[in-house]
Amino acid sequence: MATEFEEMGAVPSFTVTLFVRRYNPEDGQEARWQDFDVQVHGTDRVLDALHKIKWEMDGSLTFRRSCAHGVCGSDAMRINGRNRLACKTLIKDLDITQPIYVEPIKGLEVEKDLVVDMNPFYQAYRDIKPFLIASDKPEKERLQSAAEHSKFEDTTKCILCAACTTSCPVFWTDGQYFGPAAIVNAHRFIFDSRDEAAEVRIDILNDKEGVWRCRTTFNCTEACPRGIEVTKAIAEVKQAILRGKP
Amino acid sequence: MPTKPAGTLYRGKVGMWSWVLHRITGVAIFFFLLVHVLDTSLVRLSPEAYNAVVSTYKTPLVGLGELGLVAAILYHALNGVRVILIDFWRKGVKYQNVMFWVVVVVALIAFAGFAPRHLIHVFHLG
Ligand code: SF4
Ligand code: FES
Repeated sequence: MATEFEEMGAVPSFTVTLFVRRYNPEDGQEARWQDFDVQVHGTDRVLDALHKIKWEMDGSLTFRRSCAHGVCGSDAMRINGRNRLACKTLIKDLDITQPIYVEPIKGLEVEKDLVVDMNPFYQAYRDIKPFLIASDKPEKERLQSAAEHSKFEDTTKCILCAACTTSCPVFWTDGQYFGPAAIVNAHRFIFDSRDEAAEVRIDILNDKEGVWRCRTTFNCTEACPRGIEVTKAIAEVKQAILRGKP
Repeated sequence: MPTKPAGTLYRGKVGMWSWVLHRITGVAIFFFLLVHVLDTSLVRLSPEAYNAVVSTYKTPLVGLGELGLVAAILYHALNGVRVILIDFWRKGVKYQNVMFWVVVVVALIAFAGFAPRHLIHVFHLG
């Protein structure tokens, strides 16, 4: 009886092949593909397959993850040629008749396997002053209407995973470009009625390496795991620059 | 240090490929303009030299090249309008995909109007 019940409720499992881009700075070799056959369940995500490899097959596989539930933004990687969070990508949604290709996000220096140096990305984020700038003392809450909030609600959702910035062809060839994520987070404050430094951020982004480098390829919008309309936010900042105010 | 792994090609969608095509056509038009400015400036040096150079253009091969040039300019101009609308029209981002296909269809219609007449000239059929 018990076995019958288990079989009825059992999650189907199948074998998939993963090609993982490996790079070890210490072995003197070029980056290369390594394949693994992994037994996975129908409910598994790419992150679960990577865990299986790391825990049961090859402990040297290196990647970042923390929350495992789409909150922390540490496991952005290129899955089948597109930037995705490994923890939000169900294997069954990919074409499992073909191998699954997993490689590091592009445009940042690879440190090991799927881990890249995020410092240039964070630096661009810091440069746009991602904090409230207000002259009055924070003695009571700063009120804001729902309509005022809706102007930047979309861009508050960012988890700084870098999927957008590293999907951008401009960023691949010009690492100096601020990149979509920094502009998204500038947008979050530029259009916030409680903030007083919109002009400062507009000025920062009206730079050779600022919003005007955007070529509207929409890769960022397509890549964002939070569903933020990144290209739209960038366009709104471009318009704000022309107006000289939000 | 191999910091730039080759890896796969990024699988962008309409937005990315329309931009790639915009770049390619842009560079092609630039090189045409370069040649065009050079041969036109020959007139100031000597009209005979200008005539000699321009008469070499009257071959079917250059005629077909002109066809390509028109196609490139049509796409680049129309897609340029699309990019402007994406940046400065409130609904541009929402309709960017539709606008791309509008660009393609309008470019094809205009091209279909131009190509036969041009080819008749090139191959002296008229
Ligand atoms: S905008 Fe989206 S893709 Fe870009 S860093 Fe934020 S959450 Fe990630
Ligand atoms: S591990 Fe935190 S977002 Fe995927």
